Amino acid sequence: MTDELHPITLRVNGIPHQVNVPARRLLSDCLRHDLGLTGTHVGCEHGVCGACTVLVGGVPMRSCLLLAVSMDGEQLTTVEGLAAADGTLSPVQQAFAECHALQCGFCTPGFLTTITAALVEQPDPSRDQAREIVGGNLCRCTGYQNIVEAVLRAAELMKDEA
Amino acid sequence: MKPSAVSYSRPGSVDEALALLTEHGSGAKVLAGGQSLVPLLSMRLAAPERLVDINSLAELGYVRVAADGVRVGALARHAAVLADRPAAERQPLLAAALRWVAHPAIRNRGTSVGSIVHADPAAELPAVLSVLGGTVTAASTAGRRTVPALELFAGPLETTLRPDELAVEAFFPALPAQTGVAFAEVARRHGDYALCGVAALVRLDDDLRIVQARVGYLSVAGTPRVLELTGPIAGRSYDAELAEAGRLAATELDPEPDIHATAEYRRQLAQVLTARTLQSAARSAAGVAAGVPA
Amino acid sequence: MTTRLIGEPVQRVEDPRLVRGDGRYLDDLGSDAVEVAVLRSPHAHAKILDIDVTGALDVDGLLAIYTYDDLTGPLADPLPLLIPHPALTHGRTQYALARDEVNYVGEAIALVVAENRYLAEDAVERIVVSYEPLPAVVGVAAARDAANLVHDDVPGNVAANLVQQVGDAAAAIAAAPHRLSLDLSVERSASMPLEGRGVLARWDADAGRLRLWTSTQTATGVRAAVSVKLGIDIEQVEVITPDVGGGFGVKIVHPWPEEVLVPMAARALGRPVKFTEDRREHFVSAAHERGQLQHVEVGFDDDGRVLGLSFRFWHDHGAYIPYGLIVPIITSTQALGPYKIPNYRVEFDSLYTNTVIVTPYRGAGRPQGVFAMERTMDAIAAELGLDRAEVRARNFIQPAEMPYDQGLIFQDGRPLVYDSGDYPASLDKLKRLVDWDSWTSYQAAARAEGRRVGLGIACYVEGTGVGPYEGGHVRVDTTGRIEVATGLTSQGQGHQTAFAQIVADELGVPLSDITVVTGDTRRFPYAVGTFASRAAVMSGSAIALAARATKAKALRLAAEALEADPADLEIVDGMVRVAGVPGAELSLGTVAVLANPLRYAFDEASKAATQFAVGDPDAPPVAEDDEPGLEGRDYYSPARSTFASGMHAVLVETDPETAEIRILRYCVVHDCGTLINPMIVQGQVHGGVAQGVGGALYERMAYDEAGQLQNASFMDFLMPYVSEVPDSIEIDHLETPSPLNPLGIKGAGEAGVIPSAAVFASAISDAEGFSITAMPISPSELFHLRLQHVQQHHEGEPS
Repeated sequence: MTDELHPITLRVNGIPHQVNVPARRLLSDCLRHDLGLTGTHVGCEHGVCGACTVLVGGVPMRSCLLLAVSMDGEQLTTVEGLAAADGTLSPVQQAFAECHALQCGFCTPGFLTTITAALVEQPDPSRDQAREIVGGNLCRCTGYQNIVEAVLRAAELMKDEA
Repeated sequence: MKPSAVSYSRPGSVDEALALLTEHGSGAKVLAGGQSLVPLLSMRLAAPERLVDINSLAELGYVRVAADGVRVGALARHAAVLADRPAAERQPLLAAALRWVAHPAIRNRGTSVGSIVHADPAAELPAVLSVLGGTVTAASTAGRRTVPALELFAGPLETTLRPDELAVEAFFPALPAQTGVAFAEVARRHGDYALCGVAALVRLDDDLRIVQARVGYLSVAGTPRVLELTGPIAGRSYDAELAEAGRLAATELDPEPDIHATAEYRRQLAQVLTARTLQSAARSAAGVAAGVPA
Repeated sequence: MTTRLIGEPVQRVEDPRLVRGDGRYLDDLGSDAVEVAVLRSPHAHAKILDIDVTGALDVDGLLAIYTYDDLTGPLADPLPLLIPHPALTHGRTQYALARDEVNYVGEAIALVVAENRYLAEDAVERIVVSYEPLPAVVGVAAARDAANLVHDDVPGNVAANLVQQVGDAAAAIAAAPHRLSLDLSVERSASMPLEGRGVLARWDADAGRLRLWTSTQTATGVRAAVSVKLGIDIEQVEVITPDVGGGFGVKIVHPWPEEVLVPMAARALGRPVKFTEDRREHFVSAAHERGQLQHVEVGFDDDGRVLGLSFRFWHDHGAYIPYGLIVPIITSTQALGPYKIPNYRVEFDSLYTNTVIVTPYRGAGRPQGVFAMERTMDAIAAELGLDRAEVRARNFIQPAEMPYDQGLIFQDGRPLVYDSGDYPASLDKLKRLVDWDSWTSYQAAARAEGRRVGLGIACYVEGTGVGPYEGGHVRVDTTGRIEVATGLTSQGQGHQTAFAQIVADELGVPLSDITVVTGDTRRFPYAVGTFASRAAVMSGSAIALAARATKAKALRLAAEALEADPADLEIVDGMVRVAGVPGAELSLGTVAVLANPLRYAFDEASKAATQFAVGDPDAPPVAEDDEPGLEGRDYYSPARSTFASGMHAVLVETDPETAEIRILRYCVVHDCGTLINPMIVQGQVHGGVAQGVGGALYERMAYDEAGQLQNASFMDFLMPYVSEVPDSIEIDHLETPSPLNPLGIKGAGEAGVIPSAAVFASAISDAEGFSITAMPISPSELFHLRLQHVQQHHEGEPS
């Protein structure tokens, strides 16, 4: 059976992309291999690890659990879209570097998008709330201690900027 | 793990969706949130011929609160239902249970109706719907019908809906007066499927004594179980000790073991959580009676 | 004076790239590559009767299907047995594609190459294999009983039996005033990095060269194996390690079948070929570790001093044994921990089972050895009614006794000699950190409230910096940039930063001028790999020595140019200058130009080195014992490992009704010698502790009797989220520098995970009042243990 191709438009990090995809193409594979945005990583393909988390209309979702064809017309944000246009790291990205919240870096994009979205809703989380924010993403390297610190540090940096 | 090849339709109206389901019958699967379906496709445990993507059916993305309860449309995401304050006030068990559903990223896409008709015995909402005596509205080209929760779940991952039917709405009845609810779950990790989950409902009389205790369970059988546990605790004060109801529940339930827990341990959890949630629900009912928001 | 960077929590140079999503992990590469899927055995033990590929042939985009019959030459031989040992009398390794038998669920049978992974999986699905299922041997007990055999020609399923001993344990135990015996078990878990395995191969037919990327912990190991298997001259094989999303030991195994099959296909098809495993594949075709059954007999005196200890264990190494006996040898030797055991006998059988192969996972056998010894120490304390810390202290090797020869042969084939460490001081620190002395009253108060709380303790010693060697190369470019290379690999340990810190200090240059490359055989072809917490010790030392050699040459050359004495020169911020004489200086870049006498200039700066610009007309431009260029290369090859150590304490609370286990506090004291970057070390400890929590309370490979892995996904193999790890990990350091290497470094990579099973068993035992002898433990298991002990109590047996 040849896969029938469906033309779709994805607006990723502000830029519209037109691609033709089979219905079965996962959004994670479409972003990584059709659009060349390899910053979103695939750790399990069953929605548990969260490494593939992107923002759909600003809301975190697992790109391995989305079909690209179902995302036609959506606004997506990936890790590549978090830094400023001039390349300055976002407060969350900066906080991760400051707090040593990444080691191998594979899970990191999923955390960055998740935390970025969460801090919009909760700009001043408590330590417990910070733990809740990162509660659905797996990391095998860091033991999470510094990731929680990074959430709080990012909130601080955002306050300083404001 | 990549899905098999599949055909795809994205209807622009409910009628179009129903026509597709009538045309393709069991060869089609409805794609709503996809948080349960897509992993099955990726693992090739499901390989339908056609996906009917209902994510364009914006008219199904509602949460409507009325005096008699909360109506959730097929496209309402768990996150939207959880965040809906009026819904939480009208039916606190919904919000209490939804907090336990997976993690936020899953809740942002997964739908509450979808979760119900996926009928995973370890899912929260089927048990909540059952203990509240709720219903699901199923639509097809032949018309609409309302299916009570107790007639909906046929077995693990199996409902009595026909292949040509689309679940368009779930109805969670409001609580009667002087009724409190509570939800508790024990899972191995935060956000995991429950080893045992319990949704309790307690109604008090004017003297704040228990007149009804009903509990819904997830992860104890192939479908949700609902037990009337009023017997051993009828007439007790809302702040009394309710361990006997837990013991009764343990004798009525027959959980299966799996790699995470033995049957005896699950039974122990059912017993302990029954007592704990009944106590919470009773206190909540008393608070409601006293005018304290649930 | 430039600030000294060793010992500073320098922010990582890797991070800006990684937080932008600019990492280059294996699957990010090779956008033009075709892709691979593998048909894997669904049976734990079966004969292959027939493989019928006809159904797959009309899949669109199919390029090739390979089975064993397509393998020729060395490819048709079994994969190498990497670490032979005299006791490994019955070593068996798998074929790259199964020949006529499969021995575990997941074993590779056919390799499919197609335009993309989706299509490759379509083809795999359509291949029909007929099997004759055979009885499966699952678990240590079944292997040991040997009612069935994994390999027909391996009697008793025993690959190896090894005894090591010092003194006469049996006699000492028999003569001791007190005796105890313990039966213990540890279940299987796995490294489980977030990124699985992956291989990308490009064959350049014009040059006859193979370029291979692989998510590995040993680029040089893969290079050598691929060269042999494919019959390509090793000089024509390049192996490059991309960014690696975690290893934790599993990626030290090589060559995976895919690591030889993918380049084979690339050469045959004339297309770049890529394999990226998915998560389920990782569960069933990578590697696991930890499973052992153990029996300990110990004799001790009234003070709790061990007089003799006999340790017998049975190690499950899965269906094949490519990595040899390293894990059980480490268990055997590291079980001794920080203790003086005057009479010690350890014997193990390494057993085949019809399950995934067992190769090192962070800790690599130490967690099991520590479990055995630490449960024994707790048991001695319980028997004598003594404090558990006090019993341990009485058995410690004292600092004055260093170096201490344990009398055994370690995993590197060399004598087990502890070079340094101060165990009494570590214990003091731990006791203060966790408030050990007020525990009894805390516990009594909690019990009065109906709470069950427990405090556990566990000590370990870790031989790090295992040989044979590592090398370092430091080159100053004419632009002034410092290019550093070492052959071992990185999986998130911050090598690019830590090694740069070393060079910055040794050479006197800013960190930002330094670039470090690891795991690229084009840049450094002599290496071993990253494992056994050795990178900082081995490559750190080699790079320091290479930097010193570079500095010496720079000073010599600069001294000539500045007409000064090298002894009067210093290098600060990349400038070589005469101390105390402003203006008398040269940049290192300029010195690099002068280091390479040229006939042809290639830019402005290089004109200064051309033959009419510089040079003594009566002396050879390059002296007899010298080389062109400003670079240094050196190797570090120690006679022995260097011994790090640590002690953990954990406070737990168990629910009296649901048996759920909650961590209240987690305390770590550890000694890894000199810290290059304390922030990185702390991160390693955090990560190790989290894996330890996972291994103690959540993770276990659940095989059924048929050899099916029932939890081959993240849904059912329970790695910790943030909610499962302690709210904070309290760490105190001791630094007893290693006397064995120039910087005094010991390894830190595995510190966090080694004592976890032991410390949690100790704590839960303390909370419950009965001994925990099997790990991991879940609430369901604890619930049943409680019932058993209540029953035993009622029946009058001691609990």
